[in-house]
Amino acid sequence: MAVEVTEKLQSIVERYKSGKSSLIAVMQDISQEYGYLPEDVLQEVSRLIDVPISIFYSLATFYSSFRLEPIGRKHICVCVGTACHVRGAAKIVETVERDLQIKAGETSMDGDYTLETVNCVGACALGPLVTVNGEYHGKMDQKKVTRLIKSIRQEISENQ
Amino acid sequence: MATMTIDGKNLEFEEKLTILEAAKRLQIKIPTLCYNEHLAPYGGCRICLVEAASRSAPNRSRLVPACTAPAEDGMVVTTGSQRVLESRRFVIELLLSRCPESQVILELAREMGVEPDGQNLDVVGHYLLHRAPRREVTNCILCGLCVRVCQQIPERYALSFKDRGITRKVTPPFERVAESCIGCGSCAYVCPTKTITIEEAD
Amino acid sequence: MKLKPEDIRLIREKYASVSAIRSGEGTRGKNIDLLVCAGTGCVSNHSLKVKAALIAEIEKHKLQDRIKVVTTGCNGFCANGPIVVVKPEDIFYQLLKPEDIPHLVEEHFLEGRPVERLMYRPGEGKPIPKMASIPFFGKQQLIALSNRGTVDPEKIEEYIALGGYQALAKALTEMSAEQVIEEIKASGLRGRGGAGFPTGKKWEFCRNARVVEDGDSAFAKYIICNADEGDPGAFMDRSIVESDPHALLEGMLIGAYAIGATHGFIYIRAEYPLALERLTQALEQAREYGLLGERILGSDFSFDITVSKGAGAFVCGEETSLIGSLEGKLPEPRVRPPYPAQYGYMGKPTNINNVETWANVPHIIIRGAEWFSAIGTDTSKGTKVFSLVGKVNNTGLVEVPMGITMREIVFDIGGGIPGGKRFKAVQTGGPSGGCIPESLLDTPVDYESLVQAGSIMGSGGMIVMDEDNCMVEVARYFISFTQQESCGKCTPCREGTWHMLNILEDITAGRGREGDIELLEKMGRQIKETALCGLGNTAPNPVLTTIRYFRDEYEAHIRDGRCPARVCKALITYSIDPVNCTGCTACAKNCPVACISGERKQTHVIDQDRCIKCGMCYSVCNFDAVRVE
Repeated sequence: MAVEVTEKLQSIVERYKSGKSSLIAVMQDISQEYGYLPEDVLQEVSRLIDVPISIFYSLATFYSSFRLEPIGRKHICVCVGTACHVRGAAKIVETVERDLQIKAGETSMDGDYTLETVNCVGACALGPLVTVNGEYHGKMDQKKVTRLIKSIRQEISENQ
Repeated sequence: MATMTIDGKNLEFEEKLTILEAAKRLQIKIPTLCYNEHLAPYGGCRICLVEAASRSAPNRSRLVPACTAPAEDGMVVTTGSQRVLESRRFVIELLLSRCPESQVILELAREMGVEPDGQNLDVVGHYLLHRAPRREVTNCILCGLCVRVCQQIPERYALSFKDRGITRKVTPPFERVAESCIGCGSCAYVCPTKTITIEEAD
Repeated sequence: MKLKPEDIRLIREKYASVSAIRSGEGTRGKNIDLLVCAGTGCVSNHSLKVKAALIAEIEKHKLQDRIKVVTTGCNGFCANGPIVVVKPEDIFYQLLKPEDIPHLVEEHFLEGRPVERLMYRPGEGKPIPKMASIPFFGKQQLIALSNRGTVDPEKIEEYIALGGYQALAKALTEMSAEQVIEEIKASGLRGRGGAGFPTGKKWEFCRNARVVEDGDSAFAKYIICNADEGDPGAFMDRSIVESDPHALLEGMLIGAYAIGATHGFIYIRAEYPLALERLTQALEQAREYGLLGERILGSDFSFDITVSKGAGAFVCGEETSLIGSLEGKLPEPRVRPPYPAQYGYMGKPTNINNVETWANVPHIIIRGAEWFSAIGTDTSKGTKVFSLVGKVNNTGLVEVPMGITMREIVFDIGGGIPGGKRFKAVQTGGPSGGCIPESLLDTPVDYESLVQAGSIMGSGGMIVMDEDNCMVEVARYFISFTQQESCGKCTPCREGTWHMLNILEDITAGRGREGDIELLEKMGRQIKETALCGLGNTAPNPVLTTIRYFRDEYEAHIRDGRCPARVCKALITYSIDPVNCTGCTACAKNCPVACISGERKQTHVIDQDRCIKCGMCYSVCNFDAVRVE
């Protein structure tokens, strides 16, 4: 099934063809637009800019920030950088994994939550740190993160 | 005209040369796995490491991969020192730990004096060949020759690496048979451990 | 409007009041600037709400003609944010909440009585009103971070008012490219990204490299700024870019002029959205003033910069990988030689430097190599920015002269260990570095001394650990990190670090065997010898240094099945102390596997067979009744 070549996709392609962006930037733009890297979009772009699909596949699976599956409505990242780690980030990951019944790197079956660990967002003084859809929650501990997950769950069920 | 020495033998050369190519001219054998003379060198497997000292620092030799390191005027190379042999053993032990069923790797290991059931394994060798867990059953050593040949010879780009680090594997895009594959068999031909096989498509 | 050299001076003079007030030399009493910290840390702590409250109160009392609210970048004292500094008085307010503001404005600005309750207080001591008197700040020496907390990073005119772009003007109008290189060489500046290679020499190699005329890229030579900052726990570069992006641009402009490059890249980590925003803005402003583009400041020198975002790969901090990533390829490191100075981006001569290195350049050009080389030690000149984090009271970003001791940084500036705990180690150099134990706290911080102690300077991350951290677990953590980030190209790193991780996981799980320490040491050394790039050949370092200084902890795990720091789950038990337990039931209610039993007001008991060692009970108990052994 052919993918709709939207205006946005066309401008992404144009920028690459004019030498103003690299393949990585193309994939970052696609991620921005679609929330992830859909296979059919990658195939279409591969055709449009004449770069083999295997190159895209290699790059998409190498870099941590690219994903080939859509993310959940709530994207939860627990920082496991060294500063956060020595302050107990590992226990926070475990707590969230237990509460949400998914492992880090997974998305829940209902598509509501994605849990990831991230290697340092640079706010080390506020560690341990958890971000939810880009919003920072600092000075976390097991008690606080349980409360945070509870409030996220509530938000999701209120929006159902 | 430049001159270099490998294992005491001198070589004169004018053009750009790698240490491996220079050694070949002197009929000195250096083991390789990820190297193929028709493809751009990769320098990944690390089995071809040799000791090289440059003219400007004759007492500071470094371990360099022969397949990619450029031969330099005044360079002194040793391919059989204790340091080189230890490094080679380490690399082959790592590969044998990964692919214990591979006859090719087993052969190469035996040539280097590594016997999996032998008594002369050091603490590292013993761990790698007797205690270490195994992630997956495979003969692939991730040398990348299949990927490179498909890119550089038929230029079909049907294979590439998926993921990175220890989870890395060679696969066609999205792990389905590649549309661009023409069944030329180059990948199976260059594979040093005969991991890739060609099958008839129905 | 394209600036000419004399315009820099004119703008500086036009905005002279900014400089006067911010430096504290301004006209007393008359005009006041309230500097609100808006670095990533403070912003996530709602400093922008504090800012909004300030603006509202000031307008309410009709003080806006006299009092200006300015947002600045990171002050470095991140644990105590939100922060507001009153200039020219230099009064420092911390831990502010929007509800504090009406009282603050009324007391300080209407009644003339600065509010002590909102000032910095060391422990139980008296409040310290002035920022420069607070030990955290007083003991630092700012060069790369000179403008932090002082300049509004979104206004190029303020950067110029504080002396910015003077160095560029001087270099382009009074110095030749060779003279600029000589000055940088004479200063002794060494790469601040971790390798510590002499910067002037590196520039010279690139300048002298033959220009390759063929090829598919348009420019003869390139410079790159490595803003990937992959070391977890390090945020020096983020701070510089967020607080003072023009310092980076000016440094790169001067470097490009010296090397003969006509285009540059800034490769910045995707995880830094605010830094990216400030950088993009700064680039636009610089272009508008003609400070980037054709014929800069009326000279023959043309230069522009493209920003590239990273995509989540630590290995991209390695320069050949970074180049590969910029070229749109897999970021696999390449064998060197050839070095990027000869054969870099698209095969052209390329010079890569870290953010902090570039940020030092304008200062050296304006104040001179002699001034710079008088700071620091014989071999390590100038200052270094460190992110002081972990188990330390004053967590934040510090810039100190090279040669200061570790003890001074952790205790005098850092304020020591919180909770009265005992210091155990400080880790420098990130996943490539090592731990410095208590016995070596008087080690001077310079490139060579840290290497002798078994670690490296690294990019500047300084993680403090206390008695509650298990050093074997720390080693496991670091190897697990490098293992995940390994690109997979070379056998020793890809396979070797995986094996080291397995052995460490065995040890922390109580499955370690006699001889495992020697095994880790030998394997570590072999990996260092044979790996292709810096990631692989430094990955074993944290393991090797923790063995060197904390061998007893390894032995306790292996021989006694004991974790002295009481961290490793398989080797500890949680139990409830009947003396302190009040029977409040908080632990039982929060236990995820419901393994705690007990009636209200009766001592509770943990079922050891079902306990999963998650630590929730310990975390929720308010009576210190949960014991970890």
